[in-house]
Amino acid sequence: MIWTNILGWVQQAVPFAAFLALAALGELLTEKAGSLNLGTPGTMCVGASAGFITVYSYCNAVEEPSVVLILLISLGSSFLAATLLGLLYSFFTVSLRINQNVVGLVLTIFGCGLAEFLSYYFVKSESGNVRCEAAFRVFTAKIPFLSEKLGWFSELFFRYGFMLYVTIAAVILLSLFFYHTRAGLHLRAVGENPGTADAAGISVTKYRYLASSLGAGLVGMAGLFCVMEFKSGAWSTADVYTLEAFGWLAVALVIFALWKPLNLLWGSLIFGFCYWAYVYLPQLLGVTVSTDLMRMLPYVITILVLILVNLRRHKGDQGPAALGLSYFREER
Amino acid sequence: MKQGPSRRTPLFHIAKRDRMRPAAAWGVRVGAFVLALLLNALFVWCVVRVDPLTFYRTMLRGAFGSSSYLWATFKATAKLLCIAVALAPAFKMRFWNIGAEGQVLIGGMAAAFVMYHYTSLPTPVLFLLMIVCSLLAGGIWGLIPAFFKAKLNTNETLFTLMMNYIATQIVLYFYNEWRGIRSALGMLNSSTKVGWFSSLWGGTSDGSLLQNEDFWFIVIVAVLTVLMYFYLRSTKHGYEIAVVGESGNTARYAGIHVNKVLLRTMILSGAICGFCGFLTVSSQSHTISSEMAGGYGFTAIIVAWLSKFNTFTMAGVALLIVALEKGAALMSNTYGTLGFSAPAADVMVGVMLLVVIGSEFFIQYRVMRSHAGKEAETV
Amino acid sequence: MSEPNCTVIRLQNVTKTFGDVVANHDITMEIRSGEILSLLGENGSGKTTLMNLLAGIYYPDSGDIFVRGERVSIRSPQDAHRLGIGMIHQHFKLVEVFTPVENIVLGLREPYNPAAAEKKIGEICRTYGFSLDLKCRVRDMSVSQKQTLEIVKALYRGAEILILDEPTAVLTPQESDKLFEVLRNMRRDGKAVVIITHKLHEVLSVSDRVAILRKGEYIDTVETAKATEQSLTEMMVGKRVELNIERPPVERREKRLQVAHLSCRGRDGVTALSDVSFEAYGGEILGIAGISGCGQKELLESIAGLQKTEPGSEILYTGPDGKTESLLGKSAKQIRALGVSLSFVPEDRLGMGLVGGMGMTENMLLRHYAEGRSPLTRTRPSRQLAEKVRTDLEVVTPSLRTPVRRLSGGNVQKVLVGREIASEPAVLMTAYAVRGLDINTSYTIYRLLNEQKRKGVAVLYVGEDLDVLLALCDRILVLCGGRVTGVVDAAGTTKEEIGYLMTKQNGTEADAV
Repeated sequence: MIWTNILGWVQQAVPFAAFLALAALGELLTEKAGSLNLGTPGTMCVGASAGFITVYSYCNAVEEPSVVLILLISLGSSFLAATLLGLLYSFFTVSLRINQNVVGLVLTIFGCGLAEFLSYYFVKSESGNVRCEAAFRVFTAKIPFLSEKLGWFSELFFRYGFMLYVTIAAVILLSLFFYHTRAGLHLRAVGENPGTADAAGISVTKYRYLASSLGAGLVGMAGLFCVMEFKSGAWSTADVYTLEAFGWLAVALVIFALWKPLNLLWGSLIFGFCYWAYVYLPQLLGVTVSTDLMRMLPYVITILVLILVNLRRHKGDQGPAALGLSYFREER
Repeated sequence: MKQGPSRRTPLFHIAKRDRMRPAAAWGVRVGAFVLALLLNALFVWCVVRVDPLTFYRTMLRGAFGSSSYLWATFKATAKLLCIAVALAPAFKMRFWNIGAEGQVLIGGMAAAFVMYHYTSLPTPVLFLLMIVCSLLAGGIWGLIPAFFKAKLNTNETLFTLMMNYIATQIVLYFYNEWRGIRSALGMLNSSTKVGWFSSLWGGTSDGSLLQNEDFWFIVIVAVLTVLMYFYLRSTKHGYEIAVVGESGNTARYAGIHVNKVLLRTMILSGAICGFCGFLTVSSQSHTISSEMAGGYGFTAIIVAWLSKFNTFTMAGVALLIVALEKGAALMSNTYGTLGFSAPAADVMVGVMLLVVIGSEFFIQYRVMRSHAGKEAETV
Repeated sequence: MSEPNCTVIRLQNVTKTFGDVVANHDITMEIRSGEILSLLGENGSGKTTLMNLLAGIYYPDSGDIFVRGERVSIRSPQDAHRLGIGMIHQHFKLVEVFTPVENIVLGLREPYNPAAAEKKIGEICRTYGFSLDLKCRVRDMSVSQKQTLEIVKALYRGAEILILDEPTAVLTPQESDKLFEVLRNMRRDGKAVVIITHKLHEVLSVSDRVAILRKGEYIDTVETAKATEQSLTEMMVGKRVELNIERPPVERREKRLQVAHLSCRGRDGVTALSDVSFEAYGGEILGIAGISGCGQKELLESIAGLQKTEPGSEILYTGPDGKTESLLGKSAKQIRALGVSLSFVPEDRLGMGLVGGMGMTENMLLRHYAEGRSPLTRTRPSRQLAEKVRTDLEVVTPSLRTPVRRLSGGNVQKVLVGREIASEPAVLMTAYAVRGLDINTSYTIYRLLNEQKRKGVAVLYVGEDLDVLLALCDRILVLCGGRVTGVVDAAGTTKEEIGYLMTKQNGTEADAV
């Protein structure tokens, strides 16, 4: 009984953690270059709707949708749409030097509206939920041998769709990129001290554009991931609000992870366990907890982390030093 | 002269403007506004093939076309403006209060809590208690991030952002507690009207302005707008806020206690947001929901930023945004079946805001064509 | 590698101006490999600007730069790197959270291989005798370690010509000696080393040749072996120029300020003032001379209540009514509440003395906005005052509401000085009151200060132009490294004597009050 509950909790929390971690990874990439993109919720919605709409249309249009095309179409279009939004963000904050907070918030308003609008327009469903079974099956397909033959090990670690493993790989790859490549070093320098980076011949503009655009792309894919996993391949316009809330949760997760990619892995798990605690805590411990108050926890602990980091005054734990600041060489 | 090794001269050269005449600056903004209207017309044409003229006419009608449309527009404007006014002192102090949404929610929550639990109190006492509690709740919500900013220099943008969702979850908690097994909470005290504005004149309305809840909402916000204008312009507090916003060093030189001003101003900013929550609960929604602030906490940030701390300008900007929203709402009512759905309003507002904030660049900076012979100075 | 003692850089008729200010005028000079060249000059003599032209920070208005005989144009720090020029600025260009190795390879195009880089760095350190801990983060390093890192960074990038901007300003004497040792090793290796400095003893002990700049002009280059402290000072400060500044005789001389054993630490925790004692009298202008950054700012800010002082310090104010108050540990507002009329014209005019975004009227309010019980600010008196300052001092501004940031430097200073004088102070402190101003405005300021002196105000004048200090002030207090190295009678002293006191090393004859 206890085992079933714990297993259930883990199996719910892990996929939740995974798409959250992927979204946070995108935002982290953006923030590492010194851009605080508060348009993340909007980007996530746009990515989700673009990905879902295209794959839904594709699956409806052909008799036998191919797995490869489903993947390419859904992930590709969510990545592309979100990247465009990221480009827009970069253009406004880097080229036009408009305040990052303002641009980010506008993009959230714009993105959420756009996602909802597009869903109405293309899916044209009054009845709410629309499901794309074929895509759902692709995204939740389990690894044949590992997911069945290893007993509890399979249950715990291999009962998930491929996106989880992609996310873990992405986190590790990005961590390697940040800390073991020259481009990663330059990117971090841009986020820490654009003046010094510029003096060393690193193009602040190029790195910020790339980081924001690709970061937004990851966030968009996370949106699609969320639809396929958390929403079981179903999409309704009301989900935009859910996704928006998850977008903010991803922003919180970046802070919670202290801007270090590897921390996202366990940080997102904590968020995932918090999110699902209302189901399993009563059964495990016999205590009833309010869903709403449990869902408050991630934000509360993020604030605590924010405070603790500043209490310790340890510079390495804080965000990139130039986070949120526009860079203009001639302004000294 | 020998060219520097591999240094291309960029096509454009950007320099910070010394200043732009206010008339010219407003010209740029109006130009951006017109451009955004054109873009939106194009968008609408692409979606539903409605010609621009019909589009603009429908938009205008939806915002101002009838008395009920007009009321809806002004009511929403008042709410957006109220939050923007609350943000004005914080922004003038260069404190990024992204937490207005949460401050409104928690203030509304406090007011609703009082009116839900103390129904037997005499009306004046009840209202006083509701107001005080909403001010306190909002004020505390503003004070917490300010306190840690003053003590530990925490990042206020991230801190206030997180505070929003804590408030949201608290409201959701009470919503679900009070809802119990019903499918929705519905209005609080809907039979007794305790804590409603209308209870001030006996619960029923004779249809006159003086017995119209929305009218009083608008009047109160108008008064707040004027008061805040003078608070920032003519009081010692306002002066201190301006100095602290410009330069902490100058503030110290003038003997201003920077942290004290920081805390005081954020309490004020949060308290007015809380008060807006009270107004919403008591005169508009008569209930709580996590959508009580309706995203206006974020939109107001953009309103305040665009208006450069002038509360009267805020009124204009807020009206424009709301009019666009309401116009688009009518559009979606009319052409909804053709695919022009309600969320299109957000898209149109988004386009408008993007173009208008983008135009700020041309007010702040000057773009020059670089001449081949001209040197790119990096002074 | 260049041959020893051949010319690697030649500047030919180089001129650089900033607006109306000529920073470098028609300068022709040479830098040679295998030698250490000192670039000597007072503050504002254009040393740093000149070297920034080589480092790609600025671009000359006219004139040519030759590197190894070839005419070049250096438009960015990268261009400078490619030519083998490395400059170590006073403000280090380092990323605090990075390791030294990461900082060193930052921006390079070579393959990223920290281990290989570390090896190469190790070799550089061994060759020149650096000791550099590569395992820590830059934020945990001391100032001297950061400087070492900057030098190694330049060498790693193949710098053959190394320029150091006041390298010892932040170092202890021991650290300075170590640095010089390293510089000598580089010289032996055939590098060209330039150090920008105004410390004579350093010039004499480390350099081969000395180039002297004065007020943007190139004076001469001499062999260090043939120079003495005396001869260098003369070249650096020049012959005394007779200025047409009035110095009214001191009439009533009443003690206003008594400062005793004043010590304080600067922002980075380094001792900025140590055991400073002096008195200031009404009806007299007390000049404060010194190389910039020797504690002048902290001294004035301590008196104005903006700077925390160390225990044992004492600041006493005696008003015209004979009442004595201690100003120690009081904020600017508290000092005013005591009825002490203290005016302060700070060095940073727009960042401290004025609010750049406000107009003249609102700026007049700054020091007195809190007076009275009303919660409202009283604008009428300040508008009248603004009007008065505008006419009396001939401030050129489109309107009293125009943000003062948009006014020219001279007008900004007039607004600031006008406001500070208007409050009828008993003590008036000014920091670099004429810096960046044209001749006419400067004379207006001198006239205003003299007016205050005649009224019996105790004026503290922190200045950098020795000619002005000698002509305007009655007594001159000289600071060096946060200590008082002398108080002299302006009428009876020479420029050389003050120049000597300004560069006197710590501890030799300190505490001479």
